[in-house]
Amino acid sequence: MTAYLVLENGDVFEGDDFGASGETIGELVFATGMTGYQETITDPSYAGQIVVQTAPHIGIVGMNERDEESSKIWVAGYVVREPARLASNFRAERTLQSDLENQGIVGVSGLDTRALTLTIRNSGAMRAGIFSDASNLSREQMLAKVKAAPEMKGLSLSSVVTTSAKYTIPAKGERIGSVAILDLGIKKSTLEHLSERGLDVDVYPSNVGKEEFLSESPSAVFFSNGPGDPQASKAQVELLQEVLKHKIPFFGICFGNQLLGRALGFETYKLAFGHRGINQPVMHKETGRVEVTAHNHGFAVKLEQDEAESPNGFGRVRVSHRGLNDQVVEGLECLDIPAFSVQYHPEAAAGPHDSHYLFDKFIKMIRGN
Amino acid sequence: MPKREDIKSVLVIGSGPIVIGQACEFDYSGTQACRVLREEGIRVILINSNPATIMTDPDFADATYVEPITPEVIEAIIEKEKPDAILPTLGGQTALNAAMALHDRGSLEKYGVELIGAKVDAIRAGEDRQAFKQLVLDAGADVAKSAIAHNMEEVLAAADQLGYPLVVRPSFTMGGLGSGFAYNEADLRRIAGAGLQASPTNEVLLEESILGWKEYELELMRDKNDNTVVVCSIENFDPVGVHTGDSITVAPALTLTDREYQNLRDIGIEIIRAVGVDTGGCNIQFAVDPVDGRVIVIEMNPRVSRSSALASKATGFPIAKIAAKLAVGYTLDEIPNDITGVTPASFEPTLDYIVVKAPRFAFEKFPAADPTLTTTMKSVGEAMAIGKTFTQALQKALRSLEKRGSSFHWGDQPKTKEELLLLMRTPTDERIIQVQQGLRLGASIAQVFEATKIDPWFLDQIQLINEIADEIAAAQELDRKLFKKAKQNGFSDSQIAQLRKSTEQAVRQQRHEIGLRPTYKTVDTCAGEFPALTPYHYSCYEQTSEVTPSQRKKIVILGSGPNRIGQGVEFDYSCVHAAFALRDAGYETIMINCNPETVSTDYDTSDRLYFEPLTLEDVLEVIYAESQSGELVGVMVQLGGQTALGLSKGLKQAGIPILGTTPESIDQAEERGQFQGILDAAGLLAPANGIATNLEEAVVVANRIGYPVLVRPSFVLGGRGMEIVYDQKHLTGYFDRIASHALVDQEHPLLVDRFLDDAIEIDIDAIYDGEQLYVGGVMEHIEEAGIHSGDSSCTLPPITLSESQIERVASATESIAKGLNVRGLLNVQFALASDVLYVLEANPRASRTVPFVSKALGITLAKAASLVMAGASIQSLIESGDLPAKDGRSLPSGTPISVKEAVLPFKRFATKDGRFVDSLLGPEMRSTGEVMGIDSDFPRAFAKSQAGSGSSLPTSGTVFVSIADRDKPQALLPVRRLEQLGYRILATEGTARMLDRHGIRSTLVAKHSQAQSGERSIVEMITAGEVDVVVNTPSGANARADGYEIRAATTAADKPIFTTVAQLSAAIGSFEVIREGRFNVKSLQEHSRDRRTLIGN
Repeated sequence: MTAYLVLENGDVFEGDDFGASGETIGELVFATGMTGYQETITDPSYAGQIVVQTAPHIGIVGMNERDEESSKIWVAGYVVREPARLASNFRAERTLQSDLENQGIVGVSGLDTRALTLTIRNSGAMRAGIFSDASNLSREQMLAKVKAAPEMKGLSLSSVVTTSAKYTIPAKGERIGSVAILDLGIKKSTLEHLSERGLDVDVYPSNVGKEEFLSESPSAVFFSNGPGDPQASKAQVELLQEVLKHKIPFFGICFGNQLLGRALGFETYKLAFGHRGINQPVMHKETGRVEVTAHNHGFAVKLEQDEAESPNGFGRVRVSHRGLNDQVVEGLECLDIPAFSVQYHPEAAAGPHDSHYLFDKFIKMIRGN
Repeated sequence: MPKREDIKSVLVIGSGPIVIGQACEFDYSGTQACRVLREEGIRVILINSNPATIMTDPDFADATYVEPITPEVIEAIIEKEKPDAILPTLGGQTALNAAMALHDRGSLEKYGVELIGAKVDAIRAGEDRQAFKQLVLDAGADVAKSAIAHNMEEVLAAADQLGYPLVVRPSFTMGGLGSGFAYNEADLRRIAGAGLQASPTNEVLLEESILGWKEYELELMRDKNDNTVVVCSIENFDPVGVHTGDSITVAPALTLTDREYQNLRDIGIEIIRAVGVDTGGCNIQFAVDPVDGRVIVIEMNPRVSRSSALASKATGFPIAKIAAKLAVGYTLDEIPNDITGVTPASFEPTLDYIVVKAPRFAFEKFPAADPTLTTTMKSVGEAMAIGKTFTQALQKALRSLEKRGSSFHWGDQPKTKEELLLLMRTPTDERIIQVQQGLRLGASIAQVFEATKIDPWFLDQIQLINEIADEIAAAQELDRKLFKKAKQNGFSDSQIAQLRKSTEQAVRQQRHEIGLRPTYKTVDTCAGEFPALTPYHYSCYEQTSEVTPSQRKKIVILGSGPNRIGQGVEFDYSCVHAAFALRDAGYETIMINCNPETVSTDYDTSDRLYFEPLTLEDVLEVIYAESQSGELVGVMVQLGGQTALGLSKGLKQAGIPILGTTPESIDQAEERGQFQGILDAAGLLAPANGIATNLEEAVVVANRIGYPVLVRPSFVLGGRGMEIVYDQKHLTGYFDRIASHALVDQEHPLLVDRFLDDAIEIDIDAIYDGEQLYVGGVMEHIEEAGIHSGDSSCTLPPITLSESQIERVASATESIAKGLNVRGLLNVQFALASDVLYVLEANPRASRTVPFVSKALGITLAKAASLVMAGASIQSLIESGDLPAKDGRSLPSGTPISVKEAVLPFKRFATKDGRFVDSLLGPEMRSTGEVMGIDSDFPRAFAKSQAGSGSSLPTSGTVFVSIADRDKPQALLPVRRLEQLGYRILATEGTARMLDRHGIRSTLVAKHSQAQSGERSIVEMITAGEVDVVVNTPSGANARADGYEIRAATTAADKPIFTTVAQLSAAIGSFEVIREGRFNVKSLQEHSRDRRTLIGN
């Protein structure tokens, strides 16, 4: 059956329906990873987004429980060039098609994904809709629906993706302390990295109050990745400022990095079309080494100098990592308080494992505190 | 400063002649390296014995040594040039082995020269299997269970422990030479026996079998700051058991989850670190058990490899270029990505298309060889295709092979499903088609998987192709939707025509009527994330095209497709030179080719690169796309060998302008009657000849013109089916042999020529502009007429021809050029018998010898020819300095002698029972490559050519002589000279008797068939290494069997062999000069200076 992908700029791409039938609207972004589609679509950071996979064949290795980054598929819609007709991998338990159908994720396949990608690259991420059951809608009607949807800029999505209640994962092996996590859309592999390193992991909903969050005197605090515009997360920024005042060791990833930036008093901004891939070179300024990293972000912290004073009085702040493709801030490190964060994904699922050391660094910081 | 300032000059070691397992990919990588180093202001010294390479053009290095790649010669170059460093990682295993040899003899230390790119320890760690195994285990990865053995007793003991089947791998050999699977003790004795011999350290590794596992490769690069990136992942369509060079391979890897892929990446990075490749690239091969994902590291190469050439073309990330920059001190983040211009090289390319590489085999050249694919590489070339999907890329790759039956078909299938399922259990070059046909006949994916262990997803894709084929065949009418679907899945117009019972022409017309044309996308390393600066395109059937309009004058150059015997790097050389010359002349050059190993498919060789199959359909579409803007001046078809030439008629019919010699003229040269007319008009002779469509007619013709006759089927390549026939019985035998190959029928008559025994064969390469003939060079073959010119060694300038004879050759060539109305290159072959000149054939196109002539005489023939084809006159090229004023016919005395020697692949091909195929030379070409020796006189040049080809002449020892009766008189003098030089002579009975009568002492040895019990035959002595040189000329059919045994044993023992007396006579002077000590070395640039002095300008 024919499905339509309608872009905010009026472009219409025709393809075949894929996944569930129906209609969906979201921010259209492209992801360039050649592996790890399961991790991508189950990553809560993609909530509200229609993801275009630039790799043409998607679904070959099926779906399995181990590789889920959360309990469900989060993408608002899914665009692939050529879905697999069968799953072929010794770990495959289900097919991508069946998971999309069962979870009601609307997709489209068979269209020119590269043309689409170049459109996003040239015009920026934009709203779009997939209409695969729309025989009664004209193109104008579809476009009107797309334009009526909210824009990503200014949108808070944390409440959509966060846990409904606090839960705890006990430390594995020798326990060295506990970490209070603000779940802004956390991924399973991040939790594994932290618990495997001896931390009791307490995961709190994104709207938790500061008293409750710090009630158990955690050894450290972690802010996760997640979707949305950091500018729309005032409460979480204030919570973080409280943490920083108490000099509790802090580590943030992705959205957590943006919130650290804002807590320190820096601005954040929306990138034209964001970074979404697992091949992104990042310079670790301290060592002079390049890490190949996984990225999934549409916003970034604005900081042109390599070192600056926190406008909010948290002392000196250093840009620890920068993206080599475009010099975007990819990591912050506070020099006077125990806090650091990275914009990219050291847990890297999917993606290269070059930056696992950051979790060790966090542990070292906790031990040293 | 990033760049090392202490390196001012670098010696780059090339890979020598093209052999199986080491082809022109190293010309590509070496050329890139030389360019990069010179851009960095470093003085580049190059050694490579292969004249057919682009890298040995004097423009690419400051000092170019076309000399044998031996430690002695390299040491002489080091002594003379005093380089600061040696870069050995871009010349394949040859360069790496040479570097190790230099280290072992202490030359590196003695001259204080540093190895860059890979250190001695890293090379050792990667190559020494035991050390490597430990290193992999230390890296936390797994290896196959294995044992090392140095003799047969150890081999058998190890087999008891490991059980069968077993893999045997000799240490320090390339391309998997000598390795194989042993299913039982007999296999093991055979394979390990040969392997112990093939290994320079007499060492083999025995391993548990991982047959049928999935096979993957990663291409990694690492810089001095320990930054490491994976440039490309490659998945083998054929599971473990087939050498990766013989496998169909796919990039990126498709059937791995991210978790499994990252595990391979982690292991790869650990290994490249542990091995210590600190400034360059490496290739690591993995096997993954499809049942539980267990990963085994198979091997690593601490250098640029065939796979890295493929990875470079597949991703747009130029590995060799970056490797050279890393070697001189840069780090990955300091090197810009050429394609985007704004991002650094310290990233991992991501693909939004699929790449499929398919190997090209040449089993038809070696009918006795076992076509089973094993861990020893047997393919002679490869084609790569890029498509939006796997089905599209696979079908494009298969049709790029340009081999009948290489594409999927839906015609008659005489075999049953069951037969096909049985056949596909054994991997051969036909397996992919058997799989497709089996699925077509109803075999299930599970059944085919069980038989082949090819991943079910790949099988499903082939199933999908079959399903679409059924749809196409069944459709009432081919509507746009179905047509597009067919095209998106890689169906060619001709495949669709087969399914629709129509013609290719009609299908194409219908497609154009509905406006269905390919779109062209860009290879950009980043899946569209950043704009690409380089127009490197592939076709697909998507929505939008990325070809940017240009208002320039355009010339399309057709490349030569996959390497095969008879069509290799020599043609790429001409194409690349045309691209350079025409670009300099202000044209926009557009290259179409599908061979990933070449310089022509480097994205900065031409202004625009289309990585496409060289079929009429694909070429016409590129031309159409490019014709949408600017002015298409024309297409060059005369440079890419038969491949490009074969398209000229179709292009002409489609109204496309062909530059240079017209397709009609090309045809005239091929068509016997018309060509005879041209010769008659010019008063030139051809050997007496006739044509026949069956045995009876052939007998009549042969009786009329007299035996011996040279027979050859018409319309074949590289002398296929060509033989010299001495009598009628032999002629009957010939028809019996070719009966099953359908080579001769009413449409394709057999050409029967009088064979000129004892004639001298002469080759000439020239350019003609309609007014003037410019001779590139006249070459005299060392073997007499009857040996294919590609397999024959030759000398330039000629050593026995007089000036007047050369003048006759030149003037005959001019008459033919005029008669054929040539514009551009012309190659003519002559035979000179009793001072009568006969024309054997004329080819109005680039020949295999163009690069050799250019290197030998410093004439840039290909460049000048392409300018002539584009309309320049020879006179204007002389005036502009593009051509020397005096052409190649009038060479002053003192001109150095260049000898070209062919390199043959017999060692790669064993028969089913494990013996080597016959190494006899004949009219059918079988060499894969060539070397050149250049020196002040013939004996020295010839000795260099022998050393360069890998069989250096011994300065003392034992020579075995067995001469056919008709050769005996000519053999006397050379054998006597060998005796005088102190070589011990062994001879078979008849030969010994003749030698004895002439007072030449020899020791009698038994032929293989005559050996009494307890007596050692010559074959055993050769095998035992007791014979240093073998002279064996073949005679009648009876003696053939014995001769075969002798030649096969010699091939196995890697000793020089002379199968013609002419070769031996030519070599005698060389036996004399090699006793004087080491070769003198002289760069092409020095030769060129001397030449200018000689001719006084």
